[in-house]
Amino acid sequence: MFDLTGKTALVTGASGGIGGAIAEALHAAGATVALSGTREAPLRDLAEKLGERAHVVTANLGDAESVLALPKAAVEAMGSIDILVNNAGITRDNLFMRMSDDEWAQVLDVNLTSTFKLSRAVLRGMMKARWGRIVNITSVVGATGNPGQGNYAAAKAGVVGMSKSLAYEVASRGITVNCVAPGFIATAMTDKLTEDQKGKILTQIPAGRMGGPEEIAAAVLYLASPEAGYVTGATLHVNGGMAMV
Amino acid sequence: MSDIADRVKKIVVEHLGVDEDKVVETASFIDDLGADSLDTVELVMAFEEEFGIEIPDDAAETIQTVGDAVTFIKGAV
Repeated sequence: MFDLTGKTALVTGASGGIGGAIAEALHAAGATVALSGTREAPLRDLAEKLGERAHVVTANLGDAESVLALPKAAVEAMGSIDILVNNAGITRDNLFMRMSDDEWAQVLDVNLTSTFKLSRAVLRGMMKARWGRIVNITSVVGATGNPGQGNYAAAKAGVVGMSKSLAYEVASRGITVNCVAPGFIATAMTDKLTEDQKGKILTQIPAGRMGGPEEIAAAVLYLASPEAGYVTGATLHVNGGMAMV
Repeated sequence: MSDIADRVKKIVVEHLGVDEDKVVETASFIDDLGADSLDTVELVMAFEEEFGIEIPDDAAETIQTVGDAVTFIKGAV
């Protein structure tokens, strides 16, 4: 249904479970993809699996110079960036009273500030093309809060407000800015949870199961598609009913 | 009109879709030619490309009229 033939997409955090699935979905719809992440090996593996139309552009989004260089490297590889998926994120969980300035700053830098800087960098090309898609991956905790994640929830809620503001500014230029907010998704990160922890989480989810990375990817694919051209400033919650906001 | 003024005028006409005779030196992009703030950013981008120059943000803010643009570009190329 969704055809991205001829479109170019930069996906950050593509070495992770969700980012990898997003890159695969966009690629399967015909897009050329630039896979970004800190670790080169898994990106290379994914690029090899995808075959043609896949490029590797490593970047550490905690590093300001690296953030600056990333869109340039992606444009060099693909010629343009029609679709930007800000998926990369880190957590530094701690109780609020114990949270260090550093834990706060690192999470805000990677999850919020890099999203701002990458979005700003791709706007010029999108404005000229009169077409663009920015999809930011946030989190259910940005809407609900979560103990131990004051920094992460603040960053994710910040991305939502930022996205809405930018959506206002560029809507008349054919550029949409939306968020996808995953709930609990089965990835390497959630594999580390004990059965007991997982059981407790599942009682909070009406669907009775964790989501799959491909279910996040499907939401991103929709928002990146030409068909979603009238959707902007929205947050699509993909959480099995865990939070109906 | 000089060559630079002609090229500026052409960009403004094309970008804002206004009549050529309205694009005079004293015309303000926003007040007279109907540009919004995003249009002015796009115009600056178009000038940068046409003339191969960099227009820093603080200079861009001073470019309010067609004449401002021509003067700035003449000094920059």
